[in-house]
Amino acid sequence: MVKLNKTAGLMVLGLCFVATQGMAAGGGDTHMEAAEIDPGNISSLQRGARNFMNYCSGCHSAQYVRYTTIGKYLGLSEEQLIDNLMFNADKTFETIQATMPSADAQRWYGTAPPDLSLMARAKGNDYIYNFLKGFYVSEDSPTGVDNLVLAGTSMPHVLWELQGYQTAIFSTHNNEDGSVATTFEGFEALSAGAMDAEDYDEFVRDTVNFLAYISEPIRSDRRKLGVWVLMFLIFFFILAAMLKKQIWKDVN
Amino acid sequence: MARIEAEVGKPQGGFIKWIDDRFPMTATMKYHVTEYYASKNFNWWYIFGVLAFVVLAIQLLTGIFLTMNYKPAAADAFASVEYIMRDVEWGWLIRYMHSTGASFFFIVVYLHMFRAMLYGSYKKPRELIWLIGMLIFFVLMAEGFAGYLLPWGQMSYWGAQVIISLFGAIPVVGDALVEIIRGDYSISDITLNRFFALHVIVLPLALIALVFVHIVALHEVGSNNPDGIEIKKNKDASGKPIDGIAFHPYHTSKDLVGIVVFLMIFSSVVFFAPDMGGLFLEHANFEPANLTATPEHIAPVWYYTPYYAILRAVPDKLWGFVLFGLSVLLPVFLPWLDRSRVRSIRYRGWMYKTALSVFVVTFISLAWLGLQPATGTYVLMARIFSVLYFAFFLLMPFYTAADKTKPVPDRVVYHG
Repeated sequence: MVKLNKTAGLMVLGLCFVATQGMAAGGGDTHMEAAEIDPGNISSLQRGARNFMNYCSGCHSAQYVRYTTIGKYLGLSEEQLIDNLMFNADKTFETIQATMPSADAQRWYGTAPPDLSLMARAKGNDYIYNFLKGFYVSEDSPTGVDNLVLAGTSMPHVLWELQGYQTAIFSTHNNEDGSVATTFEGFEALSAGAMDAEDYDEFVRDTVNFLAYISEPIRSDRRKLGVWVLMFLIFFFILAAMLKKQIWKDVN
Repeated sequence: MARIEAEVGKPQGGFIKWIDDRFPMTATMKYHVTEYYASKNFNWWYIFGVLAFVVLAIQLLTGIFLTMNYKPAAADAFASVEYIMRDVEWGWLIRYMHSTGASFFFIVVYLHMFRAMLYGSYKKPRELIWLIGMLIFFVLMAEGFAGYLLPWGQMSYWGAQVIISLFGAIPVVGDALVEIIRGDYSISDITLNRFFALHVIVLPLALIALVFVHIVALHEVGSNNPDGIEIKKNKDASGKPIDGIAFHPYHTSKDLVGIVVFLMIFSSVVFFAPDMGGLFLEHANFEPANLTATPEHIAPVWYYTPYYAILRAVPDKLWGFVLFGLSVLLPVFLPWLDRSRVRSIRYRGWMYKTALSVFVVTFISLAWLGLQPATGTYVLMARIFSVLYFAFFLLMPFYTAADKTKPVPDRVVYHG
């Protein structure tokens, strides 16, 4: 009967595991390329910070992120922060604000550019990676481009100078029930940018890496602390188990 | 007698005695701790009660510190949570402990309830403990629901929107009831404020009071055990149950081991996977509440999804709500639905064992289905499992009475 209890316990745990796996796997888009960022790579993060400040922060804020926090983690001095990253802020303890006034943005684009502090946690790294690579020329759009990941986006292709323009190839076929399905086949370059495809991928990857970092600046610290906590608990477990054994000696 | 000889200015037995003459401290300690006897053959299923207590303590403590920095206003709530996560010293740890604690509260409580189903702990004379426990569970559901609105993220907002609007399905009073809950015509700053009041004052107080009563009731009748035997039937000369051992130091020292193991699992989540792949902290909740944009897929947090799946499985709004309510309420009646002569699954027949196994699969499947979009196959599966869910409870009087039980031994089974 002890065996039966153990089996029941294992069954519950196993099912929980299967259930969580299913939940974790659910809801992902099919044709997403993996961003494959390297969160421990500080130079990648520094390049990402540069990219963000040069190309994103004109329109997008990261209103929960302080320059000091970034500087500390990326190994940048106060001077380096001021000289290289802070284009519209005076003090390093300030948070990252967009240069473009939000009200104007709302008027110009129909929707204000979202804050990017938590974008990586809300949408996932792969989403942003594919979004930044997914702009293609579209005659119907007021910005001249549409996006494969977020159809109908009001964001223009800010990085066109680097990537160049591309067009998306779709194939259509009729379903059995008469509806028409469109399948994305691939991109085709229309004009070359300043970067070749590989360099552009790296550029986007660094940027996503930075966005992932600012979405939870404490991430690497919490993991490091977690190892110590678990080591302590293992030690504590041994003590507790010995204590229990000692106290239970006279139970028979 | 000693008091007669007492003289002013002379020591009378120290501080403890001074207290004991005025408050039953030693007597209470003895009654509830050092001379509370529980069976020596508890297995690890018996850890979840004390773990629920540990999680309650974690939630109360971390909650206090969160309250010091959180701002319960629609305009500030989301930003104040990020302020806690980024700028408050150790704020991230406190917040992750609290958010992880919420999910673990339900994991632990579900397993605690399952233990009662394994060993028939709700059966006579422990019906009242079970009823109080169910009340704790309902308060806990309300507490979790109110708390989930507070970060004011997209899922906070729309999840609350969906769940509160369910009450609108009630005929006649439905719409008025929804307005009373929200305090407004939609979920707003006002709703957030009252949910905050409920989350930090009303419900925690109710929870603490109910937990206290739960334990007092338990200590009155004594704990059940994996054999489902009344250990009080076998007492030694001094009146102590032969198979019982004192809660302290025996069960406390064993519980400590369990608590440390629990803390390992808890810490693994807090430090290495606080959002648990979107299960404990949903991705959409990292976007601030947006009244004009609905997230593409709204699902309540995982611990409500078994009931939510039942709700969605019913095509009619009112009946969906009725069955949803019934699915939450049915476990209340377990002490009277279960007609078995024995308590423990160890001495029950194949019928109850099969029913309970199917129920476990059903419950977990419903939880999973509640997180999926309500389409095609998922709806069909949810319907099948909903029927199985209700069948487990409603057919229980029949299969537990018909089940062939094994003889129950006089003494608990214990292998030193």
